[in-house]
Amino acid sequence: MKKLSFLVLVLVVLFTGACGSKPITDEVRILTVMTHDSFAVSESVVTSFEEKYGVQVQFLEIGDTGTAVNKAVLSKDNPLADVFYGVDNTFLSRALEEDIFESYKSPALDDIDPKFQLDSKHRALPVDFGDVCLNYQKAYFEENDLAPPDSFEDLVDPLYRDLLTVENPATSSPGLAFLLATIGYYGEDGYLDFWQALVENQVNIVNDWETAYYAEFSQAGGPDPIVVSYGSSPPFEVLFAEEPLEDAPTAAVTSPGTCFRQIEFVGILKGTQNRDLAEKWVSFMLSPEFQEDIPLNMYVFPVNSKAVLNETFQKYLEIPEITADVSPSAIAANREKWINAWTETILR
Amino acid sequence: MKPSTNRSPHIPLSKSPSLLLWFLPLAFLGIFYFYPLGSILKLSFSRTEGEILTGLWDSVTSPTVRNVLGFTFRQALFSTILTLLVGLPGAYIFGRHRFKGKKILRALTGVPFVMPTLVVAAGFYALLGPTGWINLGLMKSLRLDTPPVQFVNTFAAILTAHVFYNTTIVLRIVGDFWSRLDPQLEGAARVLGANRWQTLKEISFPLLLPAVAAAALLVFIFDFTSFGVVLILGGPQFATLEVEIYYQTISLFNLPLAATLSVLQVCFTLVLTVVYTRISASLNRPISLSSRERTQHPLHNRRSRIMAGFIILLLLIFLISPLAALAGRSITPLAGKGTEGGPLFTLAYFRALSQNPRESLFYVPPTTALGVSLGYGLITVFLALTLGVPAAWALAKKNLTLLDRVLDPVLMLPLGTSAVTLGLGFLVALDQPPLDLRASPLLVPIAHTLVAFPFVVRSLTPALSSIQPNLRQAAAVLGASPGQVFRYIDLPLIGRALLVAASFAFMISIGEFGASALIVRPEYPTVPIVIFRLLSRPGALNYGQAMALSTILMVVTLGGMLLMEHFRLGEVGEF
Repeated sequence: MKKLSFLVLVLVVLFTGACGSKPITDEVRILTVMTHDSFAVSESVVTSFEEKYGVQVQFLEIGDTGTAVNKAVLSKDNPLADVFYGVDNTFLSRALEEDIFESYKSPALDDIDPKFQLDSKHRALPVDFGDVCLNYQKAYFEENDLAPPDSFEDLVDPLYRDLLTVENPATSSPGLAFLLATIGYYGEDGYLDFWQALVENQVNIVNDWETAYYAEFSQAGGPDPIVVSYGSSPPFEVLFAEEPLEDAPTAAVTSPGTCFRQIEFVGILKGTQNRDLAEKWVSFMLSPEFQEDIPLNMYVFPVNSKAVLNETFQKYLEIPEITADVSPSAIAANREKWINAWTETILR
Repeated sequence: MKPSTNRSPHIPLSKSPSLLLWFLPLAFLGIFYFYPLGSILKLSFSRTEGEILTGLWDSVTSPTVRNVLGFTFRQALFSTILTLLVGLPGAYIFGRHRFKGKKILRALTGVPFVMPTLVVAAGFYALLGPTGWINLGLMKSLRLDTPPVQFVNTFAAILTAHVFYNTTIVLRIVGDFWSRLDPQLEGAARVLGANRWQTLKEISFPLLLPAVAAAALLVFIFDFTSFGVVLILGGPQFATLEVEIYYQTISLFNLPLAATLSVLQVCFTLVLTVVYTRISASLNRPISLSSRERTQHPLHNRRSRIMAGFIILLLLIFLISPLAALAGRSITPLAGKGTEGGPLFTLAYFRALSQNPRESLFYVPPTTALGVSLGYGLITVFLALTLGVPAAWALAKKNLTLLDRVLDPVLMLPLGTSAVTLGLGFLVALDQPPLDLRASPLLVPIAHTLVAFPFVVRSLTPALSSIQPNLRQAAAVLGASPGQVFRYIDLPLIGRALLVAASFAFMISIGEFGASALIVRPEYPTVPIVIFRLLSRPGALNYGQAMALSTILMVVTLGGMLLMEHFRLGEVGEF
């Protein structure tokens, strides 16, 4: 029995150690920010906010983007947090229709291009964007004397047979973004024909980005030199190389209309007891200080035009001029229809 | 020890107050399973508008859902049969023989069970993918242009991965039971002229059936609710019910349909478990159990050594090679692959794990993540045993009360419940003080316990119910209270099974089953969460770090399992 009580004691100590993060004094106010599991930020940036306003910021990760939005919706009567960051334009309508946000017209919006401000009532404020684009391994095309792909048409050219891996739009967020890009490019009447041509040209479909990028893409030793990933992936191949690299080993295709732009939003959750702090946090997220910290932590890019990009990005990042044009309301209305049609045509 | 009021010499165990034994398990299940599940189902169905109920029925009976159901059942059935075929010979070797390296081998077979699916998939890709070692080797030696082995995105890949994950369930539950089976009966059969096969078929196997059935049930439910394996190794053309629930919930936010599918899944688990309990009730019989000194032999002759060597080799190839491939990836540069002149070997990934170049707020050194994982693991072991032992004891009685019969299958339900649904259930149900646990770190081991609890019960019940009642009667006649009977009769006899139960609880927690549906405090991530964070980013260094941390997880799990093998539950573990 002694052993047992010792074990219990160990457990209690371990446990109180594991959750003993709560402040001892009640005087410090706590602002809770709910976010998806890709959220990351530099410590110094958060500390500067905390010191400026004498507040402690508590983050909660509540799953991938879709899961996070659902959780925010399901807890709206008794919100878990004051602020929710991470709803993107493919889920924006769900958040707005379910009415989870309070409107807040932050002064920082003045520095943000109106094209990012998809919610005219300022319930969801844009924070960052990332483009889902085709990526290719440069070395493969050099070695095989083939021009790198430049358009969707190239992908169905027999010259590019069996070279492409894409993600399933039903299970993967870049997969859905790529499907939306093809819908934007070929229209609702034409995209399925394009996909059928892709299948005839031996497109490889997997369920998740990790498998596509780290198992199927030739840059990681897989068989396919073209993959659906992010416009930011090439600079990250430089930043997170094992040995310092002179040049990015991969590149993104940024021809007009071939990329889909994901924009992420932040909003103040209805029912917050800390509206004043929540406003300050939202404006802080839109300010250059936070915005400049975004790329290296979250691999997406600031919407604030005053934020300056790190030099690796300036050198290797290609931002497409024209991205696919599909509105959040069209996505909300047709998501199920499009994915089901795609599944029926392509997978069955 | 309280003086017992029912110190009757007649089968004291059956008189032990059922309600008392059931109180803790029921309270736990009520608060952390039925209440959240009921809340989310109620909320989901309340989102159906008027006539949509008929639409719901149409959706459920649609060809898509029927296909999904058929596939879910089919793959689970084949996976379970294969897992038994692979696991039973190994269980025999572990149960009946003593040999060098057995402990480490046993511990090794548990490691697959805890590895995150994404990482295991990477191991399988490195071995059997289109540019994996096997295909590259075959292409080189046979001068082929295309990879000859098509493995990923096939039905075979799903089955293989399921066997890889779940063989340890059969090895542990059946192997442990086998090691306690008195060899006298088999010896008698041999003396009477039965050959080895006849003995196995007529004597050993029927006696083993309760343990085999328990293991098969657990494996089947695990396969039936499979998510990651089907998603990642099966590819887009396969979907289980669990995958469909995820898609309906997250992607389409069709909560009524998702809830209906969840109910379907739970009902199926219930039916399966009811059938199992019916069968196992007729199988369980008290048999004389023996100490391992008597049941286990060294591999004395050449034939038995060759056979054991062959079985062990197969197990090793099957269970260890994907893990070895993974460990290999953690020390070979990703970019060096295919390019000449690059280094063949690097420790850069391991070094990078303890660096935080971006000064990220959520960076944690690997030791912290390991501490968090191990802490949750220990709490889960504690909770699952606290709840599981009384429940198993209640179920091991000879004469089950109505309450026992009803509750037995109910215990298994959390295992067959969709993690996505239950995760949302926690969110909507546990939102008021004193139970506002939505963002509490406590919810993690609680969720793990829901999965571990059925394992504990299923590994303990066969051992407990095989105890000869006359042992307990004798003890009771001699004046022992039920508590003393448990301590001095039952505990020594089930010490080994308790260990099996504890190791399952530990593995389930370390492997993070279903916890992705919970809310995470990012400053205290578990190891699988850190691995996932690394894997979701581009760049060779991130990928390499994920592999390095997975390798560390393997080693630590192995260490944990070995340590448990030494933990003898005081002096009563063996007799």
